[in-house]
Amino acid sequence: MKAYFGGLIGWIDARFPLMRLWNEHFAHYYAPKNFNFWYFFGSLALLVLIIQIVTGIFLTMHYKPDAELAFASLEYIRRDVPLGWLIQYMHSTGASFFFIVVYLHMFRGIMYGSFKAPRELIWLLGMFLYMALMAEAFMGYLLPWGNMSYWGAQVIVNLFSTIPWVGPDIAIWLRGDFAVSDATLTRFFALHVSAIPLAILALVMLHIMALHEVGSNNPDGVEIKKHKDADGKPLDGVPFHPYYTVKDIWGSIAFLFLFALVVFFAPEMGGYFLEPDNFTPANPLLTPEHIVPVWYFTPFYSILRAIPDPQFGALAMLLSILVLFFLPWIDRNPVRSVRYRSQLYKLNLLLFVVTFAVLGYLGFNAPTALYSELALRFGEWYFLFFIALWFFSRPRRNIERLVSLAVVLGLISLYDVVRMEPGHEMLVFLGWLMPAAFVTVMFLGSGIEKLGRDLPVPDRVTE
Amino acid sequence: MSDDTVDVGRRRFLTGSTALVGGTGAVVAMWPFVASMSPSARARTAGAPIEVDIGQMDWGQKIDLIWRKQPIWIIRRTPEMVAMLESEPSYLRDPNSAQSQQPEFARNSHRSLNPEFLVLVGVCTHLGCNPTYRPDAAPEDLGSDWPGGFFCACHGSRFDLSGRVYDHVPANANLRVPPYRFVSDTRILIGEMPEDAPA
Repeated sequence: MKAYFGGLIGWIDARFPLMRLWNEHFAHYYAPKNFNFWYFFGSLALLVLIIQIVTGIFLTMHYKPDAELAFASLEYIRRDVPLGWLIQYMHSTGASFFFIVVYLHMFRGIMYGSFKAPRELIWLLGMFLYMALMAEAFMGYLLPWGNMSYWGAQVIVNLFSTIPWVGPDIAIWLRGDFAVSDATLTRFFALHVSAIPLAILALVMLHIMALHEVGSNNPDGVEIKKHKDADGKPLDGVPFHPYYTVKDIWGSIAFLFLFALVVFFAPEMGGYFLEPDNFTPANPLLTPEHIVPVWYFTPFYSILRAIPDPQFGALAMLLSILVLFFLPWIDRNPVRSVRYRSQLYKLNLLLFVVTFAVLGYLGFNAPTALYSELALRFGEWYFLFFIALWFFSRPRRNIERLVSLAVVLGLISLYDVVRMEPGHEMLVFLGWLMPAAFVTVMFLGSGIEKLGRDLPVPDRVTE
Repeated sequence: MSDDTVDVGRRRFLTGSTALVGGTGAVVAMWPFVASMSPSARARTAGAPIEVDIGQMDWGQKIDLIWRKQPIWIIRRTPEMVAMLESEPSYLRDPNSAQSQQPEFARNSHRSLNPEFLVLVGVCTHLGCNPTYRPDAAPEDLGSDWPGGFFCACHGSRFDLSGRVYDHVPANANLRVPPYRFVSDTRILIGEMPEDAPA
């Protein structure tokens, strides 16, 4: 049997680099031995992608991409197709879990500096993947043709009509009609089931090829290739197979356990994964009381709403996503891992996580005067994270600290003066304290040795 | 020059011109695909003008129509409502419709051909929600200074009874006025400009 099997592999190997690929990416791919919890999410993202592709294929067998039939075909899948409800809930839960996993994966990259040289391309390809994933999720959300699907698509496509001059024509071209209609549904279906998944698969391949070319980063942010044994194997590395394949199987089981809990017991997740308004059919004449995207878009939606001008709001939202692409050139501090960075950096990163969560919460709720003000202030914190990151990238002189403080705070204050409305002075002033406190602590604090100094990075991994 | 030396200049020219011609062809080849995504003949036909009878409308009544899948409102305003519009309250962002989209004939305080009948596209100029018609003065939820108008529950934009936007709300333009004309005293054609209007 073994001989026969070996013979088969030999036969293939003479015609296709099977063992070479296996060795390059699994058996002889040396990954740092100190991977921790945060290193589950890359392989988990791949697992969710497979779940989405498989469930998606089977949903396509019953779904009708037609404005007259789509909503009913979803109900048909949930009620009449044998176990259709299970496949449909796996797909809708998978969408939310995809973003949970990807946000944790991205946070890992930020926290351990995995985007820094020589891994900038891995980060960029990952950002393109994230954009493709957002497009995939947005277009998929129209397919149930519920009322929130319809109005969500209406709002997002209308973002394009804020582009000066050509905007309205671009919006009509994207919809294929003067409003979101059957033409829009069928093209979103085509893109959702073929074009974007193909792009995602191609990008995943490029992302992994780029990773395996330079090797994985690790929680200490040290380069394991610097110390090799006599055979040229990294001293702090272990072969991906069997060490990390087994670890990832363990992670997959834990993940699938949680995934199944949601699929079976809380697929709607209290309106966060599936919104109540989407259980009524699309109606162009009836707007849901609050149009809210699904939770994974709400942080950016908050930023869009925080600026009371469609053009600038859309621009701010676009920038909040684009700025992530430039992370490798914003944070140029050679210390990669959060473990060896300054106290201020740790605070900055913590505030960024809090900001992202709060923006997500605000985006899910109606914009009252207080919430709009908070969304603006947390939106400012969102961008200040990157400004502070850029500022920490190199040693600064006191004069630079003062000038940066004055410029940033001046611009923020100037905007507050321009937008000031009678009756809101107190709210605006209290809100102003947020960015003011942030820039004061970050810019001036970096001058205090204890707060602003990075720690020495070890030569080898510590665990 | 002997036969076995490479003429680098010639080779570069050929590579460059091939890339240029091929690249142009590739870009032009995108055309049918891009064009196929524009509204189809059927969608454009479905967007043809519609005629409406307004002879039976009551004072203050609003009727909803659909034209090009957009809600179109026709409202028969009372003389008191029209009189109220003449003053230019300071809370309006664009009282003269300078920054807003409407046919030239609607660039006035009542934003219509005939002040009695208001015709609007019922889509909020912020992000496309449907504002609600709130002609009631000083209701509990909109405040005691609300004179009647349109309120968008999505993001809180407010408009007066001509569809003119308030200052300091998310929307930054007045509600749009579609092209329309009176076929007779009691019939409106939505989607076509008056015959005497400049195109």
